[in-house]
Amino acid sequence: MSGTKSLGRFLTEYAVVIIFLLITVAAIPSSGLSIQYIVQEMITRLGRNTFLVLALLLPIYAGMGLNFGMTLGAMSGQIGLILAINFNIGGVEGLAFAALLGTAVFMGWICGVVLNKAKGREMVTGYMLAFFINGIYQLIVLYMMGFVFPIRSSAILLSRGYGIRNTLNLEIVRQSLDNFLMLRLGEYTVPVATFLVIAVLCVFVVWFKKTKLGQDMRAVGHDMSVADSAGVPVDRTRIIAIIISTVLASYGQIIFLQNMGNMATYNAHDQTSFFAVAAILVGGASVKKATIPNVLIGVILLHVLFVVTPRAGQNLFGSAMIGEYFRQFIGYGVIAFSLVLYAWRARKDAAWSREGLRGSSSGAVPAAAAAGGEGSAK
Amino acid sequence: MRSAKQFVTDFGWPRIIIFIFLVLLFVAAPFFRVRIDASISDVLNRFGQNGLFVLAMVPMIQAGCGLNFGLSLGIIAGLIGSTLSVQFGLLGVFGFFGAVGLSVPFAVFFGWLYGLLLNKVKGEEMTIAMYVGFASVMFMCIMWLILPFNGPTMIWGYAGKGLRTTITIEGFYRHFLNDFLAVRIGDSFVFPTGMLLFVGFCAFLMWLFLRTKTGTAMTAVGSNPDYARASGISADKMRTISVIISTVLGAAGIIVYQQSYGFIQLYTAPLAMPFAAVAAILIGGASVNKASMVNVLVGAFLFQGLLTMTPSVINSALQTDISEVVRIIVSNGIIIYALTRKTKVTK
Repeated sequence: MSGTKSLGRFLTEYAVVIIFLLITVAAIPSSGLSIQYIVQEMITRLGRNTFLVLALLLPIYAGMGLNFGMTLGAMSGQIGLILAINFNIGGVEGLAFAALLGTAVFMGWICGVVLNKAKGREMVTGYMLAFFINGIYQLIVLYMMGFVFPIRSSAILLSRGYGIRNTLNLEIVRQSLDNFLMLRLGEYTVPVATFLVIAVLCVFVVWFKKTKLGQDMRAVGHDMSVADSAGVPVDRTRIIAIIISTVLASYGQIIFLQNMGNMATYNAHDQTSFFAVAAILVGGASVKKATIPNVLIGVILLHVLFVVTPRAGQNLFGSAMIGEYFRQFIGYGVIAFSLVLYAWRARKDAAWSREGLRGSSSGAVPAAAAAGGEGSAK
Repeated sequence: MRSAKQFVTDFGWPRIIIFIFLVLLFVAAPFFRVRIDASISDVLNRFGQNGLFVLAMVPMIQAGCGLNFGLSLGIIAGLIGSTLSVQFGLLGVFGFFGAVGLSVPFAVFFGWLYGLLLNKVKGEEMTIAMYVGFASVMFMCIMWLILPFNGPTMIWGYAGKGLRTTITIEGFYRHFLNDFLAVRIGDSFVFPTGMLLFVGFCAFLMWLFLRTKTGTAMTAVGSNPDYARASGISADKMRTISVIISTVLGAAGIIVYQQSYGFIQLYTAPLAMPFAAVAAILIGGASVNKASMVNVLVGAFLFQGLLTMTPSVINSALQTDISEVVRIIVSNGIIIYALTRKTKVTK
């Protein structure tokens, strides 16, 4: 009996990963793409996206769910890049300059303060906050740059004299981090420097979890009131988690855009959180629990699907649009599905532990308490 | 003095600021050669177009399901009904009520499934609703491409299949409600009597419903689930009913919107629609778990007034297109304000 139970547990735990793996494996042959092509795409896309997805980890540890407010960081990073282009600072120096200016401590602080006022509905609030700050971003970039804030390079301004162009050419920083240390492995090219940066971040996350602050975050994530009575400054810890996440997102967006090579000034950040959140969930993370392997598996699985679906749609249905819609459907669907799965399980665990508290049999209590703790319902 | 203070706290600062802003826009309009009568006509028209969407927020808020970010499901049901109505060639009164009638079964079915889902995820409704809505819109995008519609005005001419992104309903049921008893004064003022009557009638029905036994039970579930359970009300059943009503209203809402706008908009058009409705009811003074008819009417009027007046006045005053940004900041700012407010009734 316990065998079937643990199998069921395993299936619900990894349902998203398993379903996704099946869809992906089914879609690869019908796309007609070669394995070499897909592997090279994956290496590129791992370098491009992993940093952004890693930025989601800390808020999950702190029990704040998926940080949809990471878009704030992405926007800061973009402003950093605009300024780097404006001052014509190219190469890795340009990226460092952008990262320095785009460091989103203030944005992260705003996001943290707002989310502290919306405990229990952080995700939807973060999502709406990203929309709101998007308005402010447009106000600054489209109306104030070149009007209130001087812009030196007229090439990046709209012809009316103020506001940044809709598409920004990042020629001077294009793939400067990727090409800084490019390794050829047989037929594949590997951007070692980008992967090194990502590795450093992974080490940072692992180290951070062991610090006092990291432990506090886990405590807050587990139970806010218990953490509070143990003397952990709950609100402050939550704000720090969001600040770090937002700052990382700004760096992540810079890495993402230097790889893309140009930037849609007003749309580049629209789907940042969508892709990142979908990736980490596809990798088997939940709202409360996420690890570095979740991130890596998620990025690979999600992007294999993204690479193959337009082609598969073309070949199977004779319409590339179907593939395009399908991949968006899958992205949104995966997010919805894993949120549902998680919320449903949390409720079931909570109900189970309540059952235990009624104390019909003494043995049930510790088991139920353990289960409740693991699922950690609110 | 004291009552003024009380009034301010009741009404809330954001609403007062938006109201003053709107009044200022109306006052400023003539100076920038924006016609007041045309503007008022526009505001009324858009109020009618969006009224039902805002109304659709009420039942779910009352039943404690939060803001219905998944209104797109209802909109999709409405789109299915209206495309079927055009496909069957129903005209005029049959076209409009045919579209509503055909969409209701879908709306009830979607709402029922959606309600069952939301019952399983209490506490996380809003985020999940948003993504369920997004995913269904994307799923329907695929469906619009492959469903066997074949009305010549509906499908792409060169491919011979797949529905167009916008389908005209000229000659079907365009302006069916708008022109009913419409009052025309001068050349630029039209009072869309029929549409406003219809919206008013729906609001009245909702008001009545909230006072019936079921409606009261629903409110009880929203404001105090434990008390409701103790008095023998099935919370899940009430919540499901509220979701179904909300979805049906969403379906009827998009059809009212279409008859005034003149086109059926398919594909990704429903993606952003719930946000406007959410912003409107919150501007009207609703909170995440309390909403009334006054909130609906005030909210829809203020929000649509803002949407109509900012582009025309601000753009002609400043000679820029900044109003879109103003809209983004105001509507999303209001949503955040509501989400971060400590409400008296806590879950």
